[in-house]
Amino acid sequence: MSLVTVLLTLSLAPLMPGVINRSKAVFAGRRGAPLLQPYFDLGRLLQKGVVYSDVSSGMVQLVPVVNVALFLCCILLVPLGSLPALVHFQGDFVLLAYLMGLGRFVTMLGALDTGSSFEGMGASREAFFAALAEPAFFLAMAGLAKMTGALSLTGMLQQITVEHWLHAAPSLLLILVALFLVFLAENARIPVDDPTTHLELTMIHEVMILDHSGPDLAMIEYAAALKIWLMAAIITSVLVPSGSSPLWLPFFLLLMVILGVLVGLVESSMARLRLIRVPQLLIGAGVFAGLALFLEFAQ
Amino acid sequence: MLTLMSLLLFLLVLTNLTLLGSSRLAFCIRTVAVQGVVLGCIPLIGLHPFTLQHGLLSLSAVVLKGGVFPWLLLRSLRVARVKREVEPFIGFSVSLSIGFFVLIGSVVFASRLPLAGHHNHLIIALAIFTMVTGLLLLISRRKALSMVLGYLVLENGIYCLGAAVADHIPMVVEFGVLLDVWVAVFGMGIAMYQINREFDHTDVDRLTELRG
Repeated sequence: MSLVTVLLTLSLAPLMPGVINRSKAVFAGRRGAPLLQPYFDLGRLLQKGVVYSDVSSGMVQLVPVVNVALFLCCILLVPLGSLPALVHFQGDFVLLAYLMGLGRFVTMLGALDTGSSFEGMGASREAFFAALAEPAFFLAMAGLAKMTGALSLTGMLQQITVEHWLHAAPSLLLILVALFLVFLAENARIPVDDPTTHLELTMIHEVMILDHSGPDLAMIEYAAALKIWLMAAIITSVLVPSGSSPLWLPFFLLLMVILGVLVGLVESSMARLRLIRVPQLLIGAGVFAGLALFLEFAQ
Repeated sequence: MLTLMSLLLFLLVLTNLTLLGSSRLAFCIRTVAVQGVVLGCIPLIGLHPFTLQHGLLSLSAVVLKGGVFPWLLLRSLRVARVKREVEPFIGFSVSLSIGFFVLIGSVVFASRLPLAGHHNHLIIALAIFTMVTGLLLLISRRKALSMVLGYLVLENGIYCLGAAVADHIPMVVEFGVLLDVWVAVFGMGIAMYQINREFDHTDVDRLTELRG
């Protein structure tokens, strides 16, 4: 039964960037690209040739392979709606965070390998912001673990009930806000990064993959879509207590789409923060999550 | 069920942390107003039996802290023509983190205080946290208005401690404190206007030499 989770994720993941881009376009008053545009982009990129820089060594070629492999492992750990994850054990959220961190590390090495200082700048910014987002993620997970008493991601996310929302609503709201800010930071969304611009001033994630082309770029874009899907699944699971009716899974997927629309709304209504303000935002997220954990202990 | 008291305490903690991390001065003034209203409601929540005194005290605290002080301070803000706090002596991220650790420390500290009776340790801890937040704002900010806000938060903390601990709040003392704070804010507003008129800025770092 849990295989359904994996198959759904693999096939539906590129839909999330499509939803986000479509909602941004609608808020800007345009019609926007079709919802399935990321699939068309992946198909188009897979048919193109790939160009490698002369000064790069093997790292650049390793980046797409490692990214997709790691995110395929991450998919096995995250539950979807009321379906448990394929692999769950106590402490698997630590594995999830570090698999994503390893993917980020390899991407940064590949960015440094291209020999261009442009990518190196992006790598250094990414390292700094990821280092600030990680405590926020772990404190949010600790808050959820204290609240539900479970230590695995499946246990934590699926044992949040309506009772929890009635008794501990402030903690859950704080955890939600912290996880949403971590989502924006990890997936390089406004207000942390602008995914549509290619100017030096504003790039963090986009600049690290600037030198990749063809099937490599297709794999990296797919891995990024998987990352958006995973974090959106985690946030949606915290947001709504899980139900047991068979209609729950389509409802859960609809909620994820609504979360994508919300991300598009946030992106359209804010400008990207100045780079010295992004650490304040991420430390604020960390303090929110820490406050949620503190409230749990103070009950 | 989530009680009203826990909601009020949660709002108190949130307003303190917001003040430590925010740089927009008008937003900070409104946050202090919200904190004042939250604290004004604390005597009503049934810690002690409700009397007319408590009602009058709550009403006057809400009106003064939620209405009069923000109005005075927003007027001074307009006169001094500042919008944002520049990077304070202790940076925003650092003071936010310090605030969080002070919160944990004050909870631990308050649970060990030998207070007579079965007082609510959490309220006392949050009162201490509010006082330390006010002190942190007072000593680390560069703009005069932020220092006034720090003073107000400090007074809020003292008020919270009084509301929590005193069984029978001496009316005269509480009203005396409120009058004190009102005069202080009024006087500081006038002082900020005069400083700004004389020196064209209210940056306290530059006021160490009287030449401006």
